Formats: sequence, C-alpha cells, structure tokens
Amino acid sequence: MPFNRKLQKFSASINEVEIGTGDKAVKLGGQNVLPFYFFDGSLGNGCKIGVEISDLGIENDAEGVKAYYAGCNTIGEMAKKASEMPGADFVVLRLEGGDPNGLNKPVDELIAIVKEVADATDAPLVVEGCKNVEKDAELLPKVAEVLQGRNALIMSAKEENYKAVGAAAGLAYGQKVGAESAVDINLAKQLNVVLTQLGVAAQSIVMNTGSAAVGYGFDYTISTFDRVRAAALGQDDKMLQMPIITPVSSETWTVKESTASEEDEPAWGPVEERGVSMEVQTAVACLVSGSDAVIVKHPQTVATLSQLIKELA
Amino acid sequence: MALSGIQIFKLTPKKNCKECGSPTCMAFAMKVAQGAKKIEECPYMSDDALAQLSEATAPPMKTIKVGAGDNEHTLGGETVLYRHEKTFVNKTLYAAKVCSCMDDAEIEARLAQVPAVDYERISERMYTEMIYVNQAPSAGTDKFVELAKKAAAIRPVILDAKDEEAAKAAVDAVKDTKPVLMGANASNYEAFCKIAADAGVVLGVSGTSIEELYDTVAALEKLGNKNLIIDVTLDSIKATFEAAVLVRRTALKDNDRTFGYPSIVNLTKLTDDKTMEEALVTLFTMKYGSIVIVDKMDYATALPLYGLRQNLFTDPQKPMKVAPGIYPLNGADENSVCLTTVDFALTYFLVSGELERSGVPVNLVISDAGGLSVLTSWAAGKFSSTSISKYILENVADKVKSRKLIIPGKVAVLKGDLEAKLPGWEIVVAPLEAVQLVKFLKDMKANGEI
Ligand code: B12
Ligand code: SF4
Repeated sequence: MPFNRKLQKFSASINEVEIGTGDKAVKLGGQNVLPFYFFDGSLGNGCKIGVEISDLGIENDAEGVKAYYAGCNTIGEMAKKASEMPGADFVVLRLEGGDPNGLNKPVDELIAIVKEVADATDAPLVVEGCKNVEKDAELLPKVAEVLQGRNALIMSAKEENYKAVGAAAGLAYGQKVGAESAVDINLAKQLNVVLTQLGVAAQSIVMNTGSAAVGYGFDYTISTFDRVRAAALGQDDKMLQMPIITPVSSETWTVKESTASEEDEPAWGPVEERGVSMEVQTAVACLVSGSDAVIVKHPQTVATLSQLIKELA
Repeated sequence: MALSGIQIFKLTPKKNCKECGSPTCMAFAMKVAQGAKKIEECPYMSDDALAQLSEATAPPMKTIKVGAGDNEHTLGGETVLYRHEKTFVNKTLYAAKVCSCMDDAEIEARLAQVPAVDYERISERMYTEMIYVNQAPSAGTDKFVELAKKAAAIRPVILDAKDEEAAKAAVDAVKDTKPVLMGANASNYEAFCKIAADAGVVLGVSGTSIEELYDTVAALEKLGNKNLIIDVTLDSIKATFEAAVLVRRTALKDNDRTFGYPSIVNLTKLTDDKTMEEALVTLFTMKYGSIVIVDKMDYATALPLYGLRQNLFTDPQKPMKVAPGIYPLNGADENSVCLTTVDFALTYFLVSGELERSGVPVNLVISDAGGLSVLTSWAAGKFSSTSISKYILENVADKVKSRKLIIPGKVAVLKGDLEAKLPGWEIVVAPLEAVQLVKFLKDMKANGEI
C-alpha cells in the first residue's frame, strides 16, 4: 500500500489583525493550520518579526545591537533604524523606564518619547508599557491617544487593568489591544471574554499568552500555545482565535546564558554568541508552537528568523 | 490502535466459563479494553486471536535502542503529539559531525570538541550523545573505517556510508558499540538490510520523498527488519519539516505503523550557517526529530537547546520540587547569613549553583512554595511575608544565630512586611537574577556586611 497522505483540515481559522497603516501595514494571523504546517492548508499572513527598542536606550545591550544603532543620537533615530533592520516587520517601543520600582519616569516624559518615535517612522508600531499594572493603566491610555490614526498595537491589557487599557486603545482611539495573561489557556480566554464584553472587537485583539526564555519555565509556555491553538482551530473557540504575539528579547537577554562573562565561564565562549543563540532558539520555539509574531532585538536574530520564515512559507 | 470491548469480545472463545475471574467473556473483554485486565488471564484464547490482539495493542511507535553499555540510548516510543496530552518519553539526542573528507587536524579538533560540552542541569547530564561519521565518496573505505573506529571510542556513532563495501567494513569494525547504519534507500535497501541485520544494528532509511521513504520502510519490514530509524532529511528545510511532522503524525494520529519509527534530521545537509542551524535544531527538537545531527555542538548552541529539551520532555503533571529545609552551603554554620528562595527545582538549582560559585558561606532557606518559581508563587500567595516569616520563626530562628535574611530581588516588595513580621531581623533585598549573586555576596563580604 502506498503512503496515504492525510491532511489535518480545520474549518476554523485564526483572526486576521492588521497593525500599522499604508503600505507598511502588516497583518497577523489568517491561517487555518498549526504553526508552519503549510502542507495542511494556508499559513495566512505568515509569522512576523518585531524589533524592540526601549526608552532606556542600548547601554546594556550586546555589541552587535550597539553597532547596529551606532550614530543614532535620539530615540527617534533609533526607531527609524529599527524599522530598517533587514527582515523586520514592525517596531516595538518598550517603556521600561516608567516602572515605579525602577526609574519611575513620569507619564508626560514617556508620552513625549512615544511621539518622537511615531514621528520618526511610518512603520507599524507596538508599544509595551512598564509592566506595573497601575502605572500602565495610566500610561497606556495616553499612548493610545497620541498614536491616534496609527493603528498601533498597545501592550498590554491585563486582568487587573484591562478596562482602562482596553477602553482607550480598543474603543476610544481605534488601536489594537494586546491582551496579556499568565501562561494558562483559561486565563487567556477569560481576558478575551471580558475585553469583548467591554466592547472591544475580537478582531482588534492580539494575545500575549506568556513568555519565558527556553529552559526557564518554557514548558508551560509551549503547552499553553499548543492548547490555545487546539481550541481555536479544532473546537472553533472564537475567544481563542486571536493571533499571538510573544516578547522574546525581554526574557532572553537577562538570563545567565546570555550575560555571564567569558571570564566567569571560560568554556562557554563569547557572550554575544550565546545571547543570540538564546534569542534565536527561544523565538523559534515560540513560532513553532503558536506565536504569530515575536519581539526580538539583535540584527542577526532578525535576519535568521526572517530567513527561516521564508524557507517554511 | 486501542481496540474496543466489542472488538476484543469477538476474539474471545465465548465460553463464559468465569476462569478469568469475570462473570462473562463480554465483561472480561470490557475490562481488557479499559486496561484493567490482561488478555492472558483467559486460558482459552487462540494463538491467532492473541497475535491479532498484540498487533493491535502494540504501541504506535517503536522503541529503538542505539549504543551499548553506559552509552546506550532509547529512542521513539512516543504516544502523543503534544506534551500536555501525556508526556514525551524519549528525549531528542544530538550528534556532531565528522567526515572522512576532513583533514586530520580538523578531525582531531572535532572529536576533541565532542566531550567538551558536558554539564549538569537540574540533575540531568547535558552532552553531545552521538557522533555522525560521514563518508566522503572520494575518500574511500579505509579512512572512513578508521574514522568510525576513532569516533566510536568516544560516542555511539551514526555511520553514513556511501556504498555497501564501506557500510559493511565500518559496521563490522564498530558493531559492538551498536552504531546506526544510515544510507539504506530504495535502490540498495536489501544489501544494507543484510549488513545491519547481520551485525544487529539499527538501520537508517533515507529517501528523496516521503512516499519513497514509506515504500522503503515497508519493503524493509517485509524483509523482517523492524529495527529502523527514518532519515527525514529531504532536499530543503521545507520538505524536511513536512516529512518530520508527517512521519510522526501518520504513526501517532493516523495509526499507520509503517512510519512508527524514530526519525533522524541531518542539519548538515540543510545549512552551513551556524545561526540558522541553531534555529533549525530548535525547530526539529520541537517537531519530532529523535536524533538531530548538527555540524558542531558548542556551549552557545547547547545552553539554550538543552534547557528547551529539558522543558519539552518533563512530565507536565509533576512539578519538580526540592524539600524545604536549611541547606548550609560553602561550609556555612549557625553564624552564617540566611538567604531564601522557593522550592521550585529549577530555581533551587540556579540559586544554589551561584551561591556555590561565590564561595561565601550561606544558609539557603527553602520553604514550601508549592514548587513554583519566585514570581509565580508570590502571585499565588505561596511565597509571601506570612509564609516566609512563619517558616523562619518555626524552623530557622532557633538553629541560626545570624539575624540577616537575604530575599530575591523579584520580591523586593516583601521587605517592609517581612521586617514587621520578623522583629530583630534585617531584611536585605538581593538583585533580580541569580547570576548577579556572586558579585553581590562578594561585595557584601568586602564591605563587612556578612
Ligand atoms: C511557568 C510559569 C508558570 C507556571 C508555574 C511553573 C513553576 N514551577 O513555577 C504556571 C503555569 C503553573 C504558572 C501559574 C501562575 N502564574 Co506564572 N509564570 C510562569 C513563567 C512563564 C515562568 C516562571 C519560571 O519558571 N521562571 C524561571 C525561574 C527559575 O525563575 P525564578 O524562580 O524567578 O528564579 C530566578 C530569579 O528570581 C532568581 N532568584 C531566585 N531566587 C533568588 C534568590 C536570590 C537571593 C537572588 C539574588 C535571585 C534569586 O534566580 C532565577 C534566575 O535568575 C513566568 C513568566 C516569566 N517569564 O518569568 C510567569 C509568571 C511568574 N506567572 C505569573 C502569574 C500571575 C501566575 C498565576 C498567579 C496566574 C493566575 N492568575 O493563576 C499562576 C499562579 C500559580 C497558581 N495559582 O498555582 C506572573 C507573575 C506576575 C507578577 N509580576 O506578579 C508571571 C510573571 C507572568 C506574567 N507576566 O504575568 N506560572
Ligand atoms: S476465561 Fe476466557 S472463556 Fe472463560 S469467561 Fe473468561 S474470557 Fe470467557
């Protein structure tokens, strides 16, 4: 008997969500297959890559990142350069400095940065808050307001602050809403339910179902992706059909593998190589489990991921 | 594929003699279907029925062993496509490449590199388990055989022979180490099958398409060889990915046992770019490579990869925990400072590793935090000022004289409450990451704080 090729057909598909405007706009989702399973059906818009920049600058970044932005003096110049990184689809601005337990930069100062970035590039924009839920509840609605007309993705609305963030980004100012939950399919679904009950269109939501560096609790991340996709496609669960975006660089560049000096770990070889490997491997592991977009920062990572996505298209 | 009670019932003798302990053959069949009874408990089953049952209840994917003695590894035996459905059982193995086309210096360097990556991560040894020995057609048989012998002295080998003569010579030279013989394909499989079967080694099946692979496996099974591995490497990344997924899925989801074998992915045939290889080794670890061949394995590749593999293959039902208690490190005694973290095995491993590296005597205090990470247990209320202070007062205060407690940076918010609940104790907030501990403790020591 010859090989009988059986396809895994789903009647459901992942929502298509567009971010940005004009010819640089990108669409996420749209596929009716498991990640990269081109042989079963349509990959939709394929996986996308976001390049992270931060209000904290690049002082603590790898040499390759610094070299890439050499000559940039302002965050605006960096944003423009980020948007030109070969393989990049969109720019991600992280407002880390807002964290009350860190620099605690005032909202006005951060909003000025958002404006500067928006003026510097017409690439699609994703803005991440500072992770502190109270501060983000204050900051992100203002971000949504100043980015009116840009169709940006505002990260993140969480269980604790989804009303403030969701209402501003998803209702008042016509942006896309990033729904962030803690590595659990039920929490992811619940957040989408309450956001849609608030009035945010399901088609305006992109999920962040949790992220970690490989080796650091990543087992739960994988299983959450797998289960979310099984429910979205296999059971046609409308409240889990949002595309998934996963911040990778913010997890991978702080772990020991990417930070320990060669002096401390002579056998391990150059730090930067390890950092890139950690970022690449974590990003690929996310993409092959379910992320429609990953957020990374090293130019070599971006080049490799974009090549891989092309090879598998 | 599991049989239903009715299907099993049809195979029973239908005597209702109760000797199996069940009132009727039907009741017995139902219990067998649920796994509550074994078919052998009925003394009257015909040989034919038993054969049918064992075929039907055999696992969908064979378990194959490679290597000998301490170097023996088990491949395959998987029953699910996703780790949350049950658990993945036999982790992906990695092989580094040597080729008879390389000069001696290059070969020496590569063979020396293999044992160089070898370390422990949460009680698991992380190293390059195998060596892939490739025959360059131009280099002839002798050099290939010599290389096979050298490599097999270090790790179990995967022999990629280009012709029968080389295959036979190399296999015979190292057969006691239980290598894998690759290179059986649609045109030579009979000869390769004989070489592998005579030597009792696993045969790797290659092809130019999924269909061809399938036919060759079927033909080999017909010859009686079921000690196989399928080389899913095709002529592009895309085709190889498709083959890796379809081979596994056809076996596990569609119950077609012709593809019920472990797979090999040979990345050295797909890319010469190191970063791309890192991307691909991740891809094929996640999607169903039982053995993945890389050009070289160094720490940059290994550190994330082995962490990922460990995550992927852990049992999703079992959190990995360590026992609560006081762990005195670096010769700590009752006067040494206390430092606390959670009972999640990964966290314990990372933190204790750094503490040991610092050389500073520390009492590592572990309380019951549900086996969760620092922030997870904090968010779940299992690593709180109440739980920590209670543990310190009940289990630590009478054993340790130092009144200084270092807490993880990620729970800096607990400082105030802990000070209130532990009068007389000084609470010190450490950095966010364990890797920063060495410097932190050395600085504290230099400043006379501990
Ligand atoms: C995997 C995971 C889970 C797993 C648990 C796995 C486990 N065994 O812990 C599951 C899915 C069960 C889970 C559940 C929850 N989680 Co969770 N989870 C994660 C995830 C993705 C990784 C955690 C991990 O394994 N980290 C690796 C370990 C090694 O890290 P660690 O223990 O912190 O140790 C590091 C440092 O702290 C340091 N360190 C440790 N001790 C010490 C001591 C000293 C002195 C020093 C210097 C350093 C140090 O060393 C390590 C390396 O540097 C994180 C997100 C992330 N990327 O971190 C979220 C996260 C921790 N979870 C979160 C939440 C909210 C939850 C839930 C409460 C969700 C809910 N509402 O139900 C539940 C709670 C659990 C419950 N109810 O039982 C939040 C916490 C938010 C916050 N800031 O408070 C996070 C941050 C995700 C998020 N962004 O929302 N989670
Ligand atoms: S021992 Fe066999 S024949 Fe007798 S009742 Fe049980 S199943 Fe039926």
